[in-house]
Amino acid sequence: MDLNYSPEEIAFRDEVRAFLRDDLPKELSDKVRSGAELGKADIERWHAILNARGWLAQNWPKKFGGAEWNAVQRHIFEEEAAMANAPRIVPFGLGMLAPVLQKFGSKAQQDYYLPRILNGDDWWCQGYSEPGAGSDLASLKTRAVREGDHYIVNGQKTWTTLGQHANKIFCLVRTDPTVKQQEGISFLLIDMDTPGIEVRPIILLDGTPEVNEVFFNDVKVPVENLVGEENKGWTYAKYLLTHERTNIAGVGFSQAGLDAVKRIARAEMSGGRPLIENPHFAARLAKVEIDLMAMSTTNLRIISQAAAGQAPGVESSMLKVKGTIIRQEINDLTRRAVGPYAMPFPSETLEGNNDPVGPDYAGPQSAQYFNNRKLSIFGGSNEIQRGIIAKVRMGG
Amino acid sequence: MDFTLTEERQMLQDTLRRYLADKYTTQVRNGILESETGISAGIWTGLADLGVIGALFTEAQGGFGGAGFDITTVFEELGRAGVVEPVMDTAILGGRLIAALGNDAQQALLEEVIGGTLHLAFAHGEPTSRYDLSRVEATAVQSGDDIVLNGRKAVVANAEAAGHLIVSARESGGADDQAGISLFLVPAGTAGLTLRGYPLFSGGRAAEVTLDDVRLSASARLGAAGEAYPAIAAAVAAANVALAAEALGAMETATELTRGYLMTRQQFGRPIGSFQALQHRYSDMLIELEQARSAVINAAGHLADAPAQRDLQIAAARNLIGRVGRLVAEEAIQMHGGIAMTQEYELAHIAKRIVMTDHRFGDTDYHLERFIDLSAA
Repeated sequence: MDLNYSPEEIAFRDEVRAFLRDDLPKELSDKVRSGAELGKADIERWHAILNARGWLAQNWPKKFGGAEWNAVQRHIFEEEAAMANAPRIVPFGLGMLAPVLQKFGSKAQQDYYLPRILNGDDWWCQGYSEPGAGSDLASLKTRAVREGDHYIVNGQKTWTTLGQHANKIFCLVRTDPTVKQQEGISFLLIDMDTPGIEVRPIILLDGTPEVNEVFFNDVKVPVENLVGEENKGWTYAKYLLTHERTNIAGVGFSQAGLDAVKRIARAEMSGGRPLIENPHFAARLAKVEIDLMAMSTTNLRIISQAAAGQAPGVESSMLKVKGTIIRQEINDLTRRAVGPYAMPFPSETLEGNNDPVGPDYAGPQSAQYFNNRKLSIFGGSNEIQRGIIAKVRMGG
Repeated sequence: MDFTLTEERQMLQDTLRRYLADKYTTQVRNGILESETGISAGIWTGLADLGVIGALFTEAQGGFGGAGFDITTVFEELGRAGVVEPVMDTAILGGRLIAALGNDAQQALLEEVIGGTLHLAFAHGEPTSRYDLSRVEATAVQSGDDIVLNGRKAVVANAEAAGHLIVSARESGGADDQAGISLFLVPAGTAGLTLRGYPLFSGGRAAEVTLDDVRLSASARLGAAGEAYPAIAAAVAAANVALAAEALGAMETATELTRGYLMTRQQFGRPIGSFQALQHRYSDMLIELEQARSAVINAAGHLADAPAQRDLQIAAARNLIGRVGRLVAEEAIQMHGGIAMTQEYELAHIAKRIVMTDHRFGDTDYHLERFIDLSAA
């Protein structure tokens, strides 16, 4: 038992810190710190900086141009990047599609798409959920019918995150409606410029256009855009979901959030004293910090198992549930910390006068609190995760 | 012991519920949220015509109610429909301050308020006062026959629509003293008064108010110099009852929407409400909702009590409502899933109304501390 990083891991962490100190543009970290929204150009800029350092595709094997970091290295980067308020790496191409292509894609698909993902030529989005297929993803209905050299795709996807920026979408489609649900699904790569595709923004409750509906009306997709075998898509989808669940605990985000709420609570006054000295607030803050300290170690325990080659099982579901509860609790505390100045609508999302109302840290906190209710809903809701834990451990 | 509404209040509830169900649909309300003024003049007139504003005043004040249970009857309905119109700011806060302290000329404004032709705003909180009611740093200084106001007021709800702002300022004492605070009626457009308006996260509008040598005649003062605090505390007590009732109404809608969704949303080949894990959580929401209902009744029933007892009950209610409100809002969103995260779905607005009550006149923690202090006294 040794709670410390090895000398090699410490050296790696120092390298990451130096990189973030020297290469992370201040405009970007300022935006992230203040909770402002990042535009497409911001994200592309950060991806390009990481790519230039060879650190964009962290989990890819070296033969595909990746960094091939182990789980501990990835964790160190994620933690340091979150603490430095670096933008999040948008995972759809890099972290989700790429591992599927590397394992199941054809040589031609690997050669064509992987470099384009690295270089930022393509922005991928994920076509999984449908209006009738959320937690029950396998019930998806978007239909793909083979006609000669093409599939004709009809149907609708929803909750497509950042689909407004994307030029490509990877989709789960139904190619055989006559068999058991999971056995009639295929994995298709679709160009968003294809005639018959329409993207409509969904405005979320905090006013942001973060997700979209994507409609497919007789969309012609060349058969070479099928990944792997027809009707094997569910296997690939499950493989992809295991990758979606890395960094599921969001320890770095929680630590950055905890730093932020402490900074705010030192600035805010309550009863003539800094809020952070208020015993009730301090107690709430302490409880969530204690939870985070323990979860951080749980996370490292699972990561070191993974680095030793053990595939994480229900532990990733446990981390998702606990990690999102902690992040949401920090969001709630931060919203409360700003007091009456949580009420104004965040000014940076309004046209015209963009000066913050009240302290500059106050504006985004209510929006952030509401927006992050999504954390316990997406990527397999916390109810689904709890179901998985019980099913696995009770052998159901 | 009788927990039923009087016939008059039952009628008021029925009428208001019907009116809002008919006129204040999700679509209409979302239109109001997007509008420049953030409130609907038509709805305001409608509410006044129905007697909704009059129900919040006593007969002596020109109304036909004014008790705690009149407030809860009205605000529970406003909460159910997610109404963003500033009934609390104009009628409860503004109206009660004028009724409590105003001279005959000032009292005459109440007729306009009840008739729906005058809006009011209570400009009290300051950039660093948080929820402390006695922390007033804006100053009022005698200058010949006039009074000159200087200072800043923060997040003043309904300031732009108000014909008069009721502004608190200190005439004597230290920044935290209850004694020394006065109230002034400041007409919109008075020289030296600047508003920076903005929309609020859960609907309606507010403004940052700057008072820069605002010169008023002494007749603008409400009540005696430096003695406004008890009336402020009483008006805010009534506003807290209104907020608690509004949150209760909104929670009723949130649980009702959740029930409907659990029974109709199909996943894994059956309604998600058939899963026991969700049934139990829905049941917990209902159990807590009844706790909230009782807390509102407690607060309303003690609104006319002496300040110490009144404020203890109100702190208890707001603390409980804050806790239950967060639970209900978050659980309702979680059990709906993604659909509840979308702006156009009714629950999104309702959840915001519930949670954001936490930021007016004290959050859950503030009221917990108030309760502890008042219990020890």
